[in-house]
Amino acid sequence: MVKTELNIEQIRKDFPILHQEVNGKPLVYFDNAASTQKPKVVIDRVADYYSNEHSNIHRGVHSLSAAATEEYELARKTVQDHFNAKFDHEIVFNRGTTDGINLVANGFAKSFLKEGDEVIVSELEHHSNIVPWQMACEQTGAKLKVIPITDSGEWIMEDFHNLLSDRTKIIAVNHVSNALGTMNPITDVIEAAHSKGIPVLLDGAQAVPHMAVDVQALDCDFYVMSGHKLFGPTGVGVLYGKEEWLNKLPPYQGGGDMIKTVSFEKTTYNELPFKFEAGTPNIAGVIGLKTAIDYVNEIGLDAIADYEQELLEYGTEKLSQIEGLKIYGTAKNKASVISFLLDGIHPYDAGTILDKLGIAVRTGHHCTQPVMTRFGIPGTVRASFAFYNTKEEIDALYEGLLRVKKMFS
Amino acid sequence: MMSINERQDELIEEFSMFDDWMEKYEYIIDMGKDVSGLTEELKSDDYLVRGCQSRVWLIPAQENGILQFQADSDAIITKGIVGMVVRVLNNSSADEILKSDLYFVDKIGLKEHLSPTRSNGLVSMIKKIKTYALAYSAKAI
Repeated sequence: MVKTELNIEQIRKDFPILHQEVNGKPLVYFDNAASTQKPKVVIDRVADYYSNEHSNIHRGVHSLSAAATEEYELARKTVQDHFNAKFDHEIVFNRGTTDGINLVANGFAKSFLKEGDEVIVSELEHHSNIVPWQMACEQTGAKLKVIPITDSGEWIMEDFHNLLSDRTKIIAVNHVSNALGTMNPITDVIEAAHSKGIPVLLDGAQAVPHMAVDVQALDCDFYVMSGHKLFGPTGVGVLYGKEEWLNKLPPYQGGGDMIKTVSFEKTTYNELPFKFEAGTPNIAGVIGLKTAIDYVNEIGLDAIADYEQELLEYGTEKLSQIEGLKIYGTAKNKASVISFLLDGIHPYDAGTILDKLGIAVRTGHHCTQPVMTRFGIPGTVRASFAFYNTKEEIDALYEGLLRVKKMFS
Repeated sequence: MMSINERQDELIEEFSMFDDWMEKYEYIIDMGKDVSGLTEELKSDDYLVRGCQSRVWLIPAQENGILQFQADSDAIITKGIVGMVVRVLNNSSADEILKSDLYFVDKIGLKEHLSPTRSNGLVSMIKKIKTYALAYSAKAI
């Protein structure tokens, strides 16, 4: 297969924010795992929507409302196609990954979990895929079981298989680790889970910017993601759920749009996906997300994945040249994330100096305290790359880290 | 004995020698290294001031109405700044500390470290110092 070469110089022109100086230095934005930047088409689409098209959606009899509804539902179609969901009503718009996990965890607590049941997560999870399940367990008396990880940041699959039992009611794990970049062997997990009739929720927040995701091929039962990590607006996300599961789950929030009929005696709920979309949604966000998905697809996720792997390899090789630098997360399959520590230098100190050099990295525990505890460290410095990043920027990080080392030696 | 403001002005004077951020931070890092710090056993949760990223420990003491603080942090930059705060506020009465306005942080160009979003524990530490001062001041009455 011939690889499509990305024209990075051209692509960078699409992102207005990248062309600025921070602390007098050209911005090097390596905090993409926290949030990605927005191409101008997305920014313009949101502005245009508010300038010319805004109205509340559904049930409006006037033209603006009908047009806004059409755009909103068209976005659902785009998301359905993008993730290859079977039906468009399997796509629920919400505030983001955290919101999606809470919806499912809440529904499980209400309808499926009882004392003695078990929920499996992994040691690699973001707090937002731990805490909602802990809360569900507290409410129901169910127990949280954790897949441990190896020194390289990979699940110990033997332990996972041993955790599976008749008591397991759901497995909720990430597709790609935000702290270490590990691409997890989710197909093995889904296959093993389904052989015992256990549903699987995948936290796809860190996967969707880096690869094409096909929920039918994966056969996952739920998939959650955030728009802002896929070059779209903040405050919008997607929960994909198989029709049968979404039908089985009770509504999460009550309010407008999610009802069929309301009386003080009895309310009947709307059908999918509206049952889970109470209240006026983030219409502009949803429409902006559609544009972001179209933008990414125009470039091509396969080409993006290839280029990001190139950046990852280059970055790993380059940073490894720095004496005393240790990379955390050395799995064979990784997304373009490098988490590391310089010997004896606190991540906060390193991040502060890098910021002075115009380099934006994330420092700290990355909302994955169990991972940090596992490695016995307070946190890491994390550089995460997107397809608009360059090898020259990695060189700048390398030089910056040499400077950090010198300053703290 | 110098007042809190005199000590702040002295620090501002020291920092006025530096032309760029590099020199400033090198100075803070040097100060951080010079802070004698706390022994490992004193770095207990009892004295921990929770910041999101770097941890700060603070131990108060009072003698003849004068307050003394000892502080430490696991990040050197934070430790340097914490050391400056302690240098400015130590040897003062509880009332003086309660009335104090720490303008030096802004004046030496480190305002960003006082922003709560930096989560370095400094803001919490200053709050904690004032809480201790308030407690000592209440006891004195």
